[in-house]
Amino acid sequence: MTRLLGFLTATRGGAKLHWTDWASYAYLCTGVFLMFFPVIWLVMSSFKTEADLQRYPPTFLPYQQQTIMVEGYDDPLPLFEMTGGEYEGMILAQLRRVGLQAQMIDPANPGERLRVGIEDRVPVERFTLATENYTELFGRFNFLLYFWNSTFITVMATLIMLLTNSMAAFALSKYQFRGRTVVLLLVIGTLMIPQTVVLVPLFLIVTELGMFNSLWGVIIPGAATPTGVFLLRQYMLTIPDEILDAARMDKASEWKIYWRIILPLSAPAIAVLAILAIMWRWNDFLWPLIVLTRSENFTLQLALNSFQGELQTDWSSLLAMTVLTLLPIAMVFMFLQKYIATGIASTGGK
Amino acid sequence: MTHLKLLGTTALALGLAAPAMAQEIRFMCYSDGNECEVYDDVLTRFEAANPGVDVIVDVVPYQAILENLPVQLAAGTGPDIAKVTDLGGLNEYYLDLAPYVDTGYWDASFGGTLDWYRVGDRQGYYGMHSQLTITGAFVNATLFEQAGVALPGPEATWEDWAAASRAVAEATDTPFPMAIDRSGHRVAGPAVSYGAALNGPDGPTLSDEGFTAFVQQFVDWHNDGTIARDVWAGQGGATYQDAAQEFINGELVFYYSGSWQVSRMNDQVGDFFDWQVVGSPCGPAGACSGMPGGAGIVGFEQTEHPEIVAAVIDFLAQEDVYAEVAARTRNLPAHLGVASAGVAFEDVTPAAQAALSAFAADLPDVAPAAFWYQGYPGNRAMFGITVERVSQAIVGELSVEDAVARMADDLATAMAESQ
Amino acid sequence: MAETTGQGAAAPAPTPTGDTAAAVALTKSAGAVSPRALKARGDGLALRLIAPVMRLVEIPMLGLQRLLGINLLAWVFLLPNLVLFGLFAFLPVVLNVVYAGTGGDNVLLADRPYVGARNFALLTECGSYLDPNTCREDKFWRAVWNTAWFVTLQVGIMVGFSLLTAIVLNRDIRARGFFRSVFFFPVLLSPVVVALIWKWILQREGVLNAFLDWTGIGGYNWLVDAEWAFAWSVFLSVWAHMGFYTLILLAGLQAIPRDVYEAATMDRASPWRVFRKITLPLLAPTMLVVLVLALIKGVQTFDEVYAFTGGGPGTATTFIIQYIYEEGFAGAPRLFGLAAAASLMVAGVLVVLTLVQLWVNRRNVDG
Repeated sequence: MTRLLGFLTATRGGAKLHWTDWASYAYLCTGVFLMFFPVIWLVMSSFKTEADLQRYPPTFLPYQQQTIMVEGYDDPLPLFEMTGGEYEGMILAQLRRVGLQAQMIDPANPGERLRVGIEDRVPVERFTLATENYTELFGRFNFLLYFWNSTFITVMATLIMLLTNSMAAFALSKYQFRGRTVVLLLVIGTLMIPQTVVLVPLFLIVTELGMFNSLWGVIIPGAATPTGVFLLRQYMLTIPDEILDAARMDKASEWKIYWRIILPLSAPAIAVLAILAIMWRWNDFLWPLIVLTRSENFTLQLALNSFQGELQTDWSSLLAMTVLTLLPIAMVFMFLQKYIATGIASTGGK
Repeated sequence: MTHLKLLGTTALALGLAAPAMAQEIRFMCYSDGNECEVYDDVLTRFEAANPGVDVIVDVVPYQAILENLPVQLAAGTGPDIAKVTDLGGLNEYYLDLAPYVDTGYWDASFGGTLDWYRVGDRQGYYGMHSQLTITGAFVNATLFEQAGVALPGPEATWEDWAAASRAVAEATDTPFPMAIDRSGHRVAGPAVSYGAALNGPDGPTLSDEGFTAFVQQFVDWHNDGTIARDVWAGQGGATYQDAAQEFINGELVFYYSGSWQVSRMNDQVGDFFDWQVVGSPCGPAGACSGMPGGAGIVGFEQTEHPEIVAAVIDFLAQEDVYAEVAARTRNLPAHLGVASAGVAFEDVTPAAQAALSAFAADLPDVAPAAFWYQGYPGNRAMFGITVERVSQAIVGELSVEDAVARMADDLATAMAESQ
Repeated sequence: MAETTGQGAAAPAPTPTGDTAAAVALTKSAGAVSPRALKARGDGLALRLIAPVMRLVEIPMLGLQRLLGINLLAWVFLLPNLVLFGLFAFLPVVLNVVYAGTGGDNVLLADRPYVGARNFALLTECGSYLDPNTCREDKFWRAVWNTAWFVTLQVGIMVGFSLLTAIVLNRDIRARGFFRSVFFFPVLLSPVVVALIWKWILQREGVLNAFLDWTGIGGYNWLVDAEWAFAWSVFLSVWAHMGFYTLILLAGLQAIPRDVYEAATMDRASPWRVFRKITLPLLAPTMLVVLVLALIKGVQTFDEVYAFTGGGPGTATTFIIQYIYEEGFAGAPRLFGLAAAASLMVAGVLVVLTLVQLWVNRRNVDG
């Protein structure tokens, strides 16, 4: 499967790597670091406790202070390592701290109380995953229901969008008819008004149509996105008309041409659009927020953002929820991305 | 076409299916901690006592309450009950509870906070103030001890605190002496202490002598490093930004925020250092005012079951229930009976209990101007204007005079538009 | 979406890294242009799934084709989309225009007083458009200038890097699927999370400053400095959206027939020449999509920067949509009229810019 730059740089039978290959890999590895490191950081952070998240300077791995159960005390005591003073090098458990002084005990010898300055100790910390961030989520709300709502909205909206958009794009790219340019300009024109602005008018329309607090109130307006028509139409322009003419010679109906020829040949663009549509609907927040107010209709994004209060945000839960919400869509993407490459690279013509 | 029609019918069917449950009450709630969980829990007792009534707590992001609820109410699709913060602003939609509740009890229990929900000639009983907050300062007592600087006393002024904080920061090599949350609400108390009238003779104002004096002082303190620039200058627009993270990490000596931060300090400072609440410092105008605030629970006129809505809110307003919720959510009570009896907050350290008590003790110091400001329906506009323009003065886009002049213009425009 | 791998066990499915034998087989069979040959090329699972439905739809569609003729049939193909658009895209825009002519802070149009062009007059009342401080709505003009700078930088940098990345990813490299996923990954993150991650990295005691301290260069308080905050906003928005455009460009590169390259290789054309004379022209329709979308989305940048800097320091990163959002929705009172008027002015500028782009690319637009 030779790729186009393979031609430009002539991989030379693949035996030896050309300098452009080295440059490519170097570029890609830099990219991986830039693109992926923050995401890994996010995943790591989702395992941190709320206190660990707030800490300066931030650590890459989640740490928690170690504690120890000492006989005679009901609660676990935090452990400190002594960095100065007479007990330097020892690991002590702290009973309490008063001002600049701390009362510590040696876990091996719990009877004796030691007084140390707080400057002389550092907490003993160990890598610990705060998995409670995740487990608590499931107790807090009906995760599966929200997951189902999100999935239903995403799948339905994507299917409707792909169908209507590809049909429209087919008409706009392969037919010459009066008004074609007008329609195309109208489609592009609606891109110009940001969704934030039309939120209120759109809300009033959806309410009038009786779709308030219904999943369809999110699905149907979501399917009316101009981006898809524009994207597919531009892609379909590159499909040679000869293929269509040949099919018409074979007495294929226009509908058959659409779904037997145009759709398969547009697979890469449709795959791109599918990925985008799934992503848009899955991550959609502002619109569901205004249309869905009953918790039985909530999507994952709404649940995720409900950790944001007026004055405080529950970051540890929010991050865990973010990672959980990210997983399905990341998997969908990894599944769909290969269709982009196995498209019509091989089609002759032009 | 066919599928569109099909979808239409489905949507209709779903819409019709919902009201089948006869007495379903929708409570739109947002959480700064565990409030919604606690309401949901105590309301199961209400449901047990009232068979057939189902109160469903829908936990939404705060953004939904702030931005979407007004639109939904205008379109007639709002919930039955909600926890709101724009107390006066939503007045036109409130359900008057007076026909359904014992107004004598409500007057005796909630007193002045009832006024925050009243606007113009709508003077009924609308909202139960569920959590009372007051602004005030947290100080890192350990840093003071390390620096050997004595904590200024209760009558200390902002200048005293600024000087003391600077001394502590210098002695202990702490990055920031002071910080104030980026919020128009937070600076209102100090501004009143500097002589701002807020409700002037010609109506609401943000540009009188007192307010200007405060803005000047505030900007100067930013420029000489007394106040952490990161908080106000690191953001734009009317975005809220706190400095709790700096305080928790021991990088801040004096942090002016409010009572709602107590839980967070309790949980996250842990044993790292000693902190305490010192209330609101005094200003040159003599007042030592903080700013009250909080959220309340209201019912809406659109509801189909006004008597149940009123019963639910009245249930939450009963002294025992209110005290329980206050204790479990660790909020200051607005209920006068509960407040005077004192609340034993759950799961708090002695430091946090002391802090909450210190905040409660500061309530009588609230100046009348600050109390009025909290109930003024246009206060959100004024908060926003303050934050935007003062920030511009801090980063140097506007001089203090220009910023104050812009605030006056902005306020005039806002007042004209919301007539 | 149609899967185009081999059918069943007969032909091995090409993996992302490429199976040359299968690819050659695919090339040969698809070289012919009859539907029959396409069928032989193998229909995916998806196509088989939709086949019964599609056949069912074919019956009325065939009738319509006979009745209307091919050119009117185009409208039938357009219809479902036009209905959805009409209701949920055009109508809100029309309402938006009506809102722009009203004042006050009521939500419902019926309650709003008509004020004519006052909102537009307010926005354009200026001593000098170059100095926002002389304007009545100074924030609007600050936002306009910020946005203009931002879009110029962001679109240029982003499209450049997207093209480079798409070309590199289109090469015959190992683990291509992995690399492709990596570059797309940030697009999957919600704006709030993007902003949060980069805040952690860039804050005063963040990861970057820790690293700079370690190297001895010394840290810097990035987000309090207006210019740096702006630069990082550009970076963040490129970071978050680059994958989207890379993906579109990648699909476009795949659409270029390979025999064109074969001919060029035989002519011993230099790689740079091949790129300029073959790749770029053939990529033009896709490039147009990318440029138009990047420009429009660039002007509409909001969420991630808003969550990142809140528009600050001061108004250094306040962009036009944030202004609209704060005037019309988040702020108080909610001035829907002013927000709608501002959005229409922005849309007007965008329409002009897009028309210029389409005109420059008119050959590709007309197909």
